[in-house]
Amino acid sequence: MPEKKKITAVIRSQTRLAEGIYDMWLVTELAREAKSGQFVGVYPLDRSTLLPRPISICEVNEARNALRLVYRVAGAGTEEFSCWRPGQVVKVLGVLGNGYPVEEARGKCVALLGGGIGVPPLLETAKALSRGCLSETESQACDGDRNVLAANAAGGTANTSQVHSFLGYRDANLFLEEDFARYGTLHIATEDGSRGTKGNVLDALRGSGMKPDVIMACGPMPMLRAVKQYAEKEGIEAYISLEERMACGVGACLGCVVKTRDVDPHSHVHNARICTDGPVFNAKEVEI
Amino acid sequence: MNTSVTIAGVTLKNPVMTASGTFGSGMEYGEFVDLNRLGAVVTKGVANVPWPGNPTPRVAETYGGMLNAIGLQNPGIDVFIERDIPFLKQYDTRVIVNVCGKTVEDYCEVVDKLADQPVDMLEINVSCPNVKEGAIAFGQRADALFNITKEIKKHAAQPVIMKLSPNVTDIAEMAKAAEAAGADAVSLINTITGMKIDVNRRQFVLANKTGGLSGPAIKPVAVRMVYQAAQAVKIPVIGMGGIATAEDALEFILAGAAAVSVGAMNFVNPYTTAEVLDGIEDYMRKYQVEEIRELIGAVK
Repeated sequence: MPEKKKITAVIRSQTRLAEGIYDMWLVTELAREAKSGQFVGVYPLDRSTLLPRPISICEVNEARNALRLVYRVAGAGTEEFSCWRPGQVVKVLGVLGNGYPVEEARGKCVALLGGGIGVPPLLETAKALSRGCLSETESQACDGDRNVLAANAAGGTANTSQVHSFLGYRDANLFLEEDFARYGTLHIATEDGSRGTKGNVLDALRGSGMKPDVIMACGPMPMLRAVKQYAEKEGIEAYISLEERMACGVGACLGCVVKTRDVDPHSHVHNARICTDGPVFNAKEVEI
Repeated sequence: MNTSVTIAGVTLKNPVMTASGTFGSGMEYGEFVDLNRLGAVVTKGVANVPWPGNPTPRVAETYGGMLNAIGLQNPGIDVFIERDIPFLKQYDTRVIVNVCGKTVEDYCEVVDKLADQPVDMLEINVSCPNVKEGAIAFGQRADALFNITKEIKKHAAQPVIMKLSPNVTDIAEMAKAAEAAGADAVSLINTITGMKIDVNRRQFVLANKTGGLSGPAIKPVAVRMVYQAAQAVKIPVIGMGGIATAEDALEFILAGAAAVSVGAMNFVNPYTTAEVLDGIEDYMRKYQVEEIRELIGAVK
């Protein structure tokens, strides 16, 4: 594990993607070590708001030393972030937490389920799953997913993952959907039915008729509970990314715990630390 | 230049320590700071058995500080002795174990188990505001504090620091009660009981409703209490409460603290302890202070 550090980062760009949703690229050496599903702590400059804000990593551009953070304005800290402009120098703590088990999912059919502000961390996941072990022709084939399925069925490469992204939104104000479309098959669900399946991401998954080998999910707690139940009933391996109010982000304060099936390694009391033991957990292991 | 201080016969290479509960047993922050530089590591409170702590949310940010209601989640003394003490003994720093309990017997059981362990001092937590039994119940009445201190002193093989609560009317009276019962030092302040309400949801932000306030917001209260305690007793006073910079630490030292602890600011800036120490050394150079001991309680 690379060492965590608190370092400066420079804002490269910031755009508004939807109501209250912002897209910020940071230039930081943390990009060299960042993986999908991990997060960074971003510090407000206003010293009355002291704690780092845990923000998931949406995309990593190693070549440009850049991290993409797509976040929702939820309070004073993120409100301040949304006003930052290119060139602004800020402080970040990272890289924090463990990511999605991308390597273990190679060669499998993976459903990514993202709800609302749970959509962003799955983008780097989709990207990571659809590259790496793939040869160039296979990557191209991945866009036309059926070809890959056919190739695999015919005994093709075992390390090609088929990525299906199920993205859930409240209404037609979608974000990042075009980015996801580049890394697999895109399925949209909206609560008001204005785009894609009317309902949530699980409705869309059921409606697709597919049965994935692995689910990787991020979203609000009711959605993650439903994903856990669904995966257990269907016998599908599921990894979910949890969120909780955090202070330190590095496992010291014991603020962000989740009940676990097994005794946790730190306090031996069935309370894992979301920031360090997670935020991604095997759904079977957490009691939510 | 000599930064060493002595508390109850134990010499610390410098007065910078960590406040209990903000630094674990050092493992998490060893990535950020060289633990060998610290005067002492004060561990997260440990009880006789594992404690699961409170429901979440356990933390909330407030203006210039934060509230916590962790509820003393800890693995219990047996795991602690097997894992945390050997970890800390790899470093050239003093080890101060913070002890918590629900009853006097609980505290004494932990203190007994630590008797033959290579730890330098014990800090007794009678001031956590986030657990229903024990802890603060012993720290808000002078007679209760006197009695538990006396009992713990009978069992303790190491010097005993009583960690005092700021949630009292007269801190001097509490410090005196600890001293009269034989405490070797007092440390203060623990967090100040507070509350935060989410006006949009019309709910308490913390599952525990109340929590302990820490961070820079509480520093003036802490400096005042450290001063009052230092005026009231002859035993050493260890000061803490919102220390973010060397200047903050020096305020406590000048008010009478023989050592200082960095608490919530570890969460904000994991390098705080090292930066505070660097800043104290710069200050000593700037003002040609040979012995840091000259600064302790220098403001009367």
